[in-house]
Amino acid sequence: MITVSNLSKKYNSDPVLNIEHLDIPKGQSFGLVGNNGAGKTTFFSLLLDLIQPTTGFIKSKDIQVNESEDWKPFTAAYIDETFLIGYLTPEEYFYFIGELRGQNKADVDALLKGFSDFFHGEILNQKKYLRDLSKGNQKKVGIVAALIGNPEVIILDEPFANLDPTTQIRLKQIIKNLAGQQGVTVLVSSHDLMHVTEVCERIVVLEKGTVIKDLATSAATLQELEAHFAG
Amino acid sequence: MVFGALWMIGTFLLLGFGAYFMIEDGLKREPFEVVNQALIYFMVFDLSFRYFLQKMPVMNIKPLMYLPIKRNAIVNFAIGKTLVSFFNVLHAFFFIPFSIVLIVEGFPVLQVIAWYIAILGLVLCNNFINIFINNKDSVFFAVVGVVIVMMGLQYFGIFDLTNYTAPIFKSFYAIPYLAIIPLVLAFVFYKMAFTYFRKNLYLDAGLSIKHDVAKTEDYSWLDRFGSLSTFLKNDIKLLKRNKRSRMTLIMSVVFLFYGLLFFTGSVEAYDGPFWKIFAGIFVSGGFLFTFGQFVPSWDSAYYPLMMSQNIRYKEYLSSKWYLMVFATIISTILSAFYLYWGWQAYAAVVVGAFYNIGVNSHLVLLGGAYIKTPIDLTTSKKAFGDKQAFNAKTMLLTIPKLLLPMAIYAAGHFTLGEVFGFALVAIFGLAGLLFKNKVFDIIEKIYKSEKYKTLAAYKQNN
Repeated sequence: MITVSNLSKKYNSDPVLNIEHLDIPKGQSFGLVGNNGAGKTTFFSLLLDLIQPTTGFIKSKDIQVNESEDWKPFTAAYIDETFLIGYLTPEEYFYFIGELRGQNKADVDALLKGFSDFFHGEILNQKKYLRDLSKGNQKKVGIVAALIGNPEVIILDEPFANLDPTTQIRLKQIIKNLAGQQGVTVLVSSHDLMHVTEVCERIVVLEKGTVIKDLATSAATLQELEAHFAG
Repeated sequence: MVFGALWMIGTFLLLGFGAYFMIEDGLKREPFEVVNQALIYFMVFDLSFRYFLQKMPVMNIKPLMYLPIKRNAIVNFAIGKTLVSFFNVLHAFFFIPFSIVLIVEGFPVLQVIAWYIAILGLVLCNNFINIFINNKDSVFFAVVGVVIVMMGLQYFGIFDLTNYTAPIFKSFYAIPYLAIIPLVLAFVFYKMAFTYFRKNLYLDAGLSIKHDVAKTEDYSWLDRFGSLSTFLKNDIKLLKRNKRSRMTLIMSVVFLFYGLLFFTGSVEAYDGPFWKIFAGIFVSGGFLFTFGQFVPSWDSAYYPLMMSQNIRYKEYLSSKWYLMVFATIISTILSAFYLYWGWQAYAAVVVGAFYNIGVNSHLVLLGGAYIKTPIDLTTSKKAFGDKQAFNAKTMLLTIPKLLLPMAIYAAGHFTLGEVFGFALVAIFGLAGLLFKNKVFDIIEKIYKSEKYKTLAAYKQNN
């Protein structure tokens, strides 16, 4: 689904990312871990063509993301609050994204119904604009909006941060379902090793912009990761 | 902001040195008398400007609260910070030169200095009053309302407030030691501001952020605009729900009355016939200019979202374009009152509207594509110009925006007469419409080629 070739990004000759080759097959739940500054968000931004690669390219479904915009209809993401429109209510925001992705109001409503558990009564009909929601609730909105319109690739940057424990558990279930049952390619980054190992079939460790571990998740993975980051 | 500030300082300096002679020669009245009369209004305008524009230090002191600093020290620091504000410095640029001129003209030095100190005290009073009336809209608008009524009454000669206030201001000059009163008053207001601030220095009191009660609106009546409606709905909400964008609506109302300077013949320099067109462009295009120049900056806070969605740029642009066209039409209808000054005045507004819709709407959007200033929608401060908004490219664009229609009109006016002049401007406006698609293509290309730069620039302030 996603192929990375000779990708690098430099800021004033400071290398921040350098990935020679990476293949992410369709339907994989892919986890990205690494300390601050490892290049996780940089990689996601390159994948969304929000920044320009210094060398190399990323292909999504054989479309080179910085040359054509045809990857946009099947790709969705929630990176940070800049993906939210602060002056809209959550409902208006969902409908807006829905319209951009060719979904009518009924489609969106049907999808939202499935997430009433996840929202925990704190999102819909709250008489609040997105800018006035707490960080955790903003994140819930952003994540669900990324699911609108049956995307084939979903990119979530730090989805577990700021969420309360109940929501974290529900989110894990959602991500597992997406990849396992609906064949969606899900890319997740996290600082929480436990969550990623639980959710992702494959985990890649970034350090100073390069891939230093590429693991198929097994029972031993969590320990291996903990040992790696401890030392 | 720097540009605006320098301009204000320049104007104040000029006025400070020139006011005395302008009043003496122009109005044939005693300058010091006139200034004292105007002072009451000056003070109230100062207060209202501060109310809208002076930033309260409240937001910046939150981080200080977690540090081992005494609360009184924090409050003093915050209030002290307001003292060095531009709004306090600005006055000096008028009153110091004016006082100097007074002294040169033979007014006694000591008395002039006392008068100046009194004014300074009153300016400081305003500074402190602004601190504790901040966010008390009702009180503020009541005061401003009363003053406007007073001005009206004075204009029609029913009641002259300044008959009562001018002697007060003059007394500081006549009896110099009275100047101590404003200073004492300023100190009292300082104490009041201090107590107010001190009492509200809690996260859930003065430092809390007020949340609006939101209502989901679907605007389904806009669906008749087809796929354009997606953006149109959003843009209307953008205008309605954010302080900064609401300012543009207020500004466009102000622009409606801008033409009065021209059509009433009150400013001599504007009597040339082509100045009518200049006025007409601004009267009908207030919104077009103030809103349009910041497309796409209005969407800066969530530009990464827009850029990762499948946005059809044409529809995105068309939505903003239609908003500007609607606003221009509404402004034109509202400005029908210019008919009072002759059909030429209103004709200038109407052909100005034609030109705005056909030509300027495109030029403004084109200029906006190069402005990479992120806009903070949640605050109305900084509404008056950002230094980055004045770059060479946008400056160049003012030539076809303003000077060209004036030239076109002049060409018609001086050959076949004013009707021909008006017709020419309107024809040019209509012709501009033909290029809409072409211009949108160009803007789309700019958006695409500048995408990464724009994203990076918007990120700076977010």
